[in-house]
Amino acid sequence: MTDQPLTDGGTASADEATAQTSRFDGIDAYRVALYVALLGILAFFLVPIESGLVTSIKTSTGVIETLPFAPPTPEFFTVEKWQTAFDALGRGLVNSALYAVPATVISALFGSFAAYGITQADWKPRYKAPILALFVAGIFIPYQAVLVPLSRFWSMVPLQDLLGFVWALGINEDYASIVELIVTHVAYGIPICTVLFRSYYQNMSEEMIEAARLDGASIRRVYRRIVLPLSGPMFAVVLIYQFTQIWNDLLFTLVLVSTESSPAAPVVLILAGLGTSMEGQDFALRMAGAFIAALPTLAVYIMFGEEFAEGVAT
Amino acid sequence: MDSHNDDDTEAVPDGGVVEERRSASTTRGPVARLNDRFGSDFTESSQFWLPPLLLTGLFVYGAIIWNVLISLTDFRGFGSPDYSDLDFEMYARAFADSGFVDAAVNTFILLIVFTLATLAVGLCLAILIDRNIRFENTFRTIYLLPMSLSFVVTAQFWAWMYNFNNGVVNIVLTSIGLGRIDWIGNSQIVLWAIVFALLWQFAGYAMVVFLAGLRAIPTEHYEAAKVDGASTVRMYWRVIIPQLKGSTISASVVLMVFALKAFDFLYSLVGGYRPPNGADILATKMVREAYSNLNWAYASAIAIMLFLMALSVVGPYLYYQFKRGNL
Repeated sequence: MTDQPLTDGGTASADEATAQTSRFDGIDAYRVALYVALLGILAFFLVPIESGLVTSIKTSTGVIETLPFAPPTPEFFTVEKWQTAFDALGRGLVNSALYAVPATVISALFGSFAAYGITQADWKPRYKAPILALFVAGIFIPYQAVLVPLSRFWSMVPLQDLLGFVWALGINEDYASIVELIVTHVAYGIPICTVLFRSYYQNMSEEMIEAARLDGASIRRVYRRIVLPLSGPMFAVVLIYQFTQIWNDLLFTLVLVSTESSPAAPVVLILAGLGTSMEGQDFALRMAGAFIAALPTLAVYIMFGEEFAEGVAT
Repeated sequence: MDSHNDDDTEAVPDGGVVEERRSASTTRGPVARLNDRFGSDFTESSQFWLPPLLLTGLFVYGAIIWNVLISLTDFRGFGSPDYSDLDFEMYARAFADSGFVDAAVNTFILLIVFTLATLAVGLCLAILIDRNIRFENTFRTIYLLPMSLSFVVTAQFWAWMYNFNNGVVNIVLTSIGLGRIDWIGNSQIVLWAIVFALLWQFAGYAMVVFLAGLRAIPTEHYEAAKVDGASTVRMYWRVIIPQLKGSTISASVVLMVFALKAFDFLYSLVGGYRPPNGADILATKMVREAYSNLNWAYASAIAIMLFLMALSVVGPYLYYQFKRGNL
């Protein structure tokens, strides 16, 4: 989808339009219907988000008394819910970043290594295929199939003792689960990263690499001097994809951190229980919390929408 | 991860030329023999692919084998599993458990309905976007936006949308003269409400995949159909859609596998292990049996059956990719 220049407005688009009139000769009424349909769908996609946004700045009475998609009138307006949500989720944001950022970078690097080793290196394709199949199948494993062994594994690894020097610095011992989350997300992120990088490396020009190899450069040197510097665009795609996946994932945090009252609880875990109590549900608070938890991935998406689209489409 | 270091150092030979000369003179060395068998760069490149492969292999495939073992024990509660007494009791228990059968049926409905609906909507969106429109970027970005959100976040939005008294859905229904519907509380319709919410989140994904497929079709195909006098609908149905086979296959595999593990959404919708009545799927039942009821062995057995369902989707896909030379 990247090979098509995506131009909205401007002369380029106008030229394209005239060049392609034979492909889509449009009557005006037809074009109008098309745009009405597109805008209707746009509204469909935005309504849940818009309704959440206006609800998050309403008082509890306002939530009941006003329409769910109408902005609050001044008497019902409040930012108190955002403050409450931020107080509840603030440490969660820090904790999520603590594992999401390292896990994203490490899994992207490992994916790049693996993809390089099984595409550019010269060994027999019939032995590469099963290894690649293992990576591809790894993308589609339902995590449920590994959860029980995963929690057994982490309960057997004496991480608390191994990280003794960290606790000596005054960091809470619950943060061992951050380390568990990093390793786990790296392990389960490698397959998708490998497959993304593989399709990129397959299309990379081989001449330069072959020339370097003939000159006696080692595989490691070729990677560092040629392949890695050319991998920039794909790293952007993979990093964005992985960051969104890891930040958004709930299942592993639920299993490895387990309680939202833990000092190391990630933001999604706190959000999942936010605003629900015996007395009922505080929807304004839940909406404000949802936006706070979504802000990092939303920011990434708005800045790097193209790369995100490329990551999910592959 | 420490254990990988020795593999690393073992597999790091000196540069290419030296390597070749050495393998020529001492053909009996283990490195040279490996290279003869697997290809000239096999051992040298292993420093790149072996550590990730080991990590994935242990955590994914090692864990699945371990899971099979646990599912054959009677492990529950605290303590550790007893591997000396292995049988298929937990699988027999699953088929006798009406909760399991209901969850399996729901999983199946979710899998089929969600995948087909999302593919259909995604294809329509892609065709609309591909009609050479203005502001294409903006439309596409917003259609794909829900995909960037966590299920925990979208579950909050939809819990509010489906709220009985004040939710958008019921407000719209009452304003057009229909009554309120208890979307989450009614066990007959909650699954369909969830399919709809997930469709909202995933339609943009299917759109992006189909759009890539549409853009890969040469313009001549459109023109040829036009010259033949085919109507637009007929052109898409007869000429264009059949060429989207590849996109359809890869999108359906991703959607189906997602439907099998739609856990995060259901958990966040209610903020607990017990999904609304009528919406329990294998993914939620497995986690609930393990982490709420501590029935570890039983949960593992459910997990294995879930895994086999995923395998029955992914296996043919891998074979298809292999046949097309993509592996």
